[in-house]
Amino acid sequence: MSTFKKFFESGTPWIWINAGAVAISVIMTVGLLLLLAFNGLSHFWPKDIMFANYSQPVTEGEPLRREVVGERVDREHVSAERIISSGIPVSDSTPLYERELIKIGNRDLNGSDFTWLLTDYLSDISYPNNLTTFERREWGNFYGYVQEVKEAGSTVAQSDPADPNDTRAWEALEQRIERALSIHEQIEDLEKDEIGEVNYALERLRLQRRGLELRGTATPENLAEINAEEASWEANYEVLQSRLADLYAQIDRDTVVMTAMNDEVTEISVSEIVRAFQPNGMHIGNKLVVYGQKLWEFLSDDPREANTEGGIFPAIFGTVTMVLLMSIFVTPFGVVAAVYLREYARQGFITRTIRIAVNNLAGVPSIVYGVFGLGFFIYFLGSEVDQAFYPEALPAPTFGTPGMLWASLTLALLTVPVVIVSTEEGLARIPRSLREGSLALGATKFETLWRVVLPMASPAMMTGLILAVARAAGEVAPLMLVGVVKLAPALPVNANYPYFHLDQKFMHLGFHIYDVGFQSPNVEAARPLVFATALLLVVVIALLNQLAVSIRNRLREKYKQLDM
Amino acid sequence: MNEQPNLSNTPVANTAAGAALAASAATLSRRKFRHLKDKVAGVSIAIGGLGVIAAVLLIFLYLVYEVMPLFRSALIQEVSEFRIDSPHSDEVLHLALEERLEVAMRLGANGEAIYFDTANGNVISRIPLAIPPGSSISSFALDTDISGIFAVGLSDGHVLIAQYDYDISFGENNARQVAPVIHYPFGEDTFELYNNEPVSKLSVRSSTSELMLAGTSSSGEISLLRARRETSLLSAFNAPSESAWETELTTLTGVLPPVDQLYLDVDRRWLFAIGTSGRLSMVDVRPAFFGGTVVIENEVALVESGRRITEVNFLLGGISLLVGDSAGTVAQWFLVRRDGEYAIEKVREFDAGGSVVAMSPEQRRKNFITANDQGYIGIYNTTAHREVVYRKLLDVAPKTLAMSARGDGVIFEHGDGEFSFWSVVNRHPEVSWEALWQEVWYENYQEPEYIWQSSAANNDFEPKYSLAPLAFGTLKAAFYAMLLAAPLAVCGAIFTGYFMAGKMRRNVKPLIELMEALPTVVLGFLAGLWLAPFLENNLLGVFSLLIVTPLSILLAAFAWTRLPEAIRFHVPDGWEAALLVPVIVIMGYVSFLIAGPIEMVFFGGDMRSYITNDLGITYDQRNAMVVGFAMGFAVIPTIFSIAEDAVFTVPKQLTYGSLALGATPWQTLRRVVLPTASPGIFSALMIGMGRAVGETMIVLMATGNTPIMDINIFEGMRTLAANIAVEVPESEVDSTHYRILFLAALVLFMFTFVVNTLAEIIRQRLRRKYSTI
Repeated sequence: MSTFKKFFESGTPWIWINAGAVAISVIMTVGLLLLLAFNGLSHFWPKDIMFANYSQPVTEGEPLRREVVGERVDREHVSAERIISSGIPVSDSTPLYERELIKIGNRDLNGSDFTWLLTDYLSDISYPNNLTTFERREWGNFYGYVQEVKEAGSTVAQSDPADPNDTRAWEALEQRIERALSIHEQIEDLEKDEIGEVNYALERLRLQRRGLELRGTATPENLAEINAEEASWEANYEVLQSRLADLYAQIDRDTVVMTAMNDEVTEISVSEIVRAFQPNGMHIGNKLVVYGQKLWEFLSDDPREANTEGGIFPAIFGTVTMVLLMSIFVTPFGVVAAVYLREYARQGFITRTIRIAVNNLAGVPSIVYGVFGLGFFIYFLGSEVDQAFYPEALPAPTFGTPGMLWASLTLALLTVPVVIVSTEEGLARIPRSLREGSLALGATKFETLWRVVLPMASPAMMTGLILAVARAAGEVAPLMLVGVVKLAPALPVNANYPYFHLDQKFMHLGFHIYDVGFQSPNVEAARPLVFATALLLVVVIALLNQLAVSIRNRLREKYKQLDM
Repeated sequence: MNEQPNLSNTPVANTAAGAALAASAATLSRRKFRHLKDKVAGVSIAIGGLGVIAAVLLIFLYLVYEVMPLFRSALIQEVSEFRIDSPHSDEVLHLALEERLEVAMRLGANGEAIYFDTANGNVISRIPLAIPPGSSISSFALDTDISGIFAVGLSDGHVLIAQYDYDISFGENNARQVAPVIHYPFGEDTFELYNNEPVSKLSVRSSTSELMLAGTSSSGEISLLRARRETSLLSAFNAPSESAWETELTTLTGVLPPVDQLYLDVDRRWLFAIGTSGRLSMVDVRPAFFGGTVVIENEVALVESGRRITEVNFLLGGISLLVGDSAGTVAQWFLVRRDGEYAIEKVREFDAGGSVVAMSPEQRRKNFITANDQGYIGIYNTTAHREVVYRKLLDVAPKTLAMSARGDGVIFEHGDGEFSFWSVVNRHPEVSWEALWQEVWYENYQEPEYIWQSSAANNDFEPKYSLAPLAFGTLKAAFYAMLLAAPLAVCGAIFTGYFMAGKMRRNVKPLIELMEALPTVVLGFLAGLWLAPFLENNLLGVFSLLIVTPLSILLAAFAWTRLPEAIRFHVPDGWEAALLVPVIVIMGYVSFLIAGPIEMVFFGGDMRSYITNDLGITYDQRNAMVVGFAMGFAVIPTIFSIAEDAVFTVPKQLTYGSLALGATPWQTLRRVVLPTASPGIFSALMIGMGRAVGETMIVLMATGNTPIMDINIFEGMRTLAANIAVEVPESEVDSTHYRILFLAALVLFMFTFVVNTLAEIIRQRLRRKYSTI
């Protein structure tokens, strides 16, 4: 007992408790990163497809027997009580039952992608090599056996679903998918770029005409010119439309007949298929290839199916564009403010107060900036801009509505304290002797600043900017008010004049996470994608932060030497 | 120093002597240019710098600018004054303003509706009501100004229902033309209430298919009439005014004491009968039509003895009764249901300054306007219990007044056919300190409550703008976050700053600071979609974790001191945290393992259903505990990094001195380090708190966002920040709702700004103190 008492009196346990707090913090951080990494990265792995029989007891009569085909996603233990209350009569002598979440896909046939099954009633689990996964443009994944491939209604190849080594139909299908994909790409180019251009031009002409009318300068010659241009675009449009119709006819040529679970036979157009693979027979190398393809699709493609499938490229692009634009605003202003505070303003009570105030603005909730951006930039400035420069588009607002420009300005305001604080810190670290040396050699104050002080403080500015970018990239709350949307029809930078569309709404990684994770109708299916998006965002921001930290450290080393 | 070559490019011309000797014209002008450049740069940097700071200040000013109109009182300005000749000396029954304020209608006791222009009093048209020959108007009752339906009781005991309306058409150049009309929605035939006895008091309520009339005759007989559209197949094809009406007439004489005024409520269920002494008797009239007996449900004295009721009106929605008396008090009464019994209760009172002579409710908001006998006009909002304006507008008491539908205009009739028309600017009457922060007794509620409910589907909705539940939710979220974050971050900071080995510190600190950069949307997503279901399924595991972890740490510490020195000396001081990592991971795993069996034995296998069913505590999946974990996680690095700085920068000579005097490291920490660093730790906590208060995404995603006031850890909340994010995009620009959201933003801004400033000042003072040691 006395050793125990002595142990407590020594204070050691409290030291250990404190140590425990650090350990817990570290475990939480690392655990969170691992959780994100695991869930985010495993999404792209082509998972094996299980085939099993499932016979679950029912309250009356024979147990329901059926086949189950799908990916095993998750498992958990549930109390017998809860299972019974959900209508499955299991014996309550076993307190806990294991149940599995199976992704059965085939939403068009089954109604939902996922089902919970009790592990005890699964039997004859096997992984036949010829089970195929289709990733489709609509209705999510499809799992089943390739039975027959048809071209324009007539059979080209046939396989026996029961024979796992019969790959005739599968081989025929693979080529046809490639063909359909290349046609699909052409259609997409046509629709997005060329027809998009026509629509854009027509809209521009309409606004031109309206503008002429508003200014009272609509002479018949002017109007005739616009009408002629309009006619030529419309002719162009007709040509494109017929090409499009042609491509659509081509892409719908092939179909594939599939046998899904419980011998349900369905015919799928090959044009619907984004990717097809037979994961059970693939060896690790092939799986890695598919993994790479899917990862690349995630990074470079447009989203599908209400953002729950496909890629997040527009969100990445939107985030990057917005952050770049914000940097253009925030850097000069932040630096000028810091230089003023440190080099020009008289140091005293007022400067100190301003400094504290600026410092604290970094702690003001970001939603406040969002409200300010919405009220001041959009509703006040934006509508003034519209009145002055875009009267022809009214009452449809151009800048009087959330958009890229206002979002980046709002974030610039949000992050300017970061840049100011960091730059000031950099300026403060530059030894006095350097400034005095420069002044002594006859340089003016500005020359000293421009040639000596600022170059030396540039890493500090960089640090500030990087921290600002990292913060801006992760902010969502203010953006929800000033410019992000769940699905933007076009990228903010595109081939249509004036190429950079400051008034356009954009997609954003952070908002994508919120929107897909919480607003989408099929959260379960979207969850892995959200994990992947979150992982991407965290990795980008962590790298930016690391960069900032290492620049700061190098900077400190440098000045340490100068101080000597 | 590679900058020097650059400097040498500029000619050296700094000394006066050198300048005098070598000053060629070129160098002189060059020097001038350089100085000019320096000046310009200096000025522009000053302008730019001050500009940025001003821009930042602008946020505060703009928020204030948006919020200010909420607290401004209403403006009333006279537009026109005129006389209309014809009213003779007849009494005015009703006055009404058209929605756009261009036309007004006056219904006189002679049965003539005069429509006139409000700008100059020019009569547009005079339409006589279709009163049967030989009878005259003996009483008047208005259904609502919104519908324009009214009833006139006639001297022969009949009642005529009519509706004043305007046919609006757009002529050339979209000029709006208003053509006044009188409709008879229930037909031009009259309803018989009494047989050849004048109707002396009347009340009317109607819907498209049903009409109810309550009246008294000159001999005091109280009658109730219900007319319903005949439900024959044929009538469905007929226009409303042509279809036949099925009428039922009953008498309430004997049930009610002699009455002076009668009021039917909007649902045609309750009849409020006011006696001459100001006593109100309330009956449920439905039994009268189902063969039941009508009884007085509730009786109450509306005014104090000695006072007289002068004006009674229904507020918008027909739920509240406004009773004005001769002493100038206007009281709001409504039905409250307690234990299945209805009672009419006084909710609040307004002071109209003098005997109320005229009163009118607004048609879109819960406002009403009063005029007293000295010509003072008051506009009030009931929900906010606010007097928006109180001014003397007239020299004499008006006979009657009418307020426009939107509450932006008011017209008075006074003297002999004199009218004056005023415009009113009254944008935000619904806001007062009481409405925002105190308990308010809303219509249809049993008692005053704190409620945030900013919008609803129906037009006569009473907006409930109490910021209290939101502020409560904000503090609740911050509290639970701090409950997790404060001990972990502060203890962690103490260990890291004072005990931890330097090598380990250099790795741990950046790692925890990296947490700070984690986007909160990611934390919110994990909290909502991963942690919330996880907690729900492993509730006991988490609770046992909270107990097992500290115990296992202590146990590990004890075990470590018992280990042979050979092993202990292998690990230098300051690496305890690293030793604990595996211990905590394993014990964490163990605590989830043992949770299952414990849950089985004590909680029937499912703790969540135990909490809801056996303890009766509401359990939301996304609750304060989830927020506490997620937001705690977000706040830990903020607190940690500032607190660690404070501990680490405690001058070494202090601690060395203490240790040299024989104190143990723990004693040194407690008696020397902590007191010195405590202001820093305190400011760290404040800054962390500030961050928790303003955090948006985590609470948005990890709670159910229901604005409730309950400290229960298993229920959610709605915070100010999340509320703004949810509601601002949908709110109408410059509406009261919009400005209140700005007010919420301003509150957040002020709160965090003040907290952070205090923290910063404490920190700077601390730093100055150290620099002297």
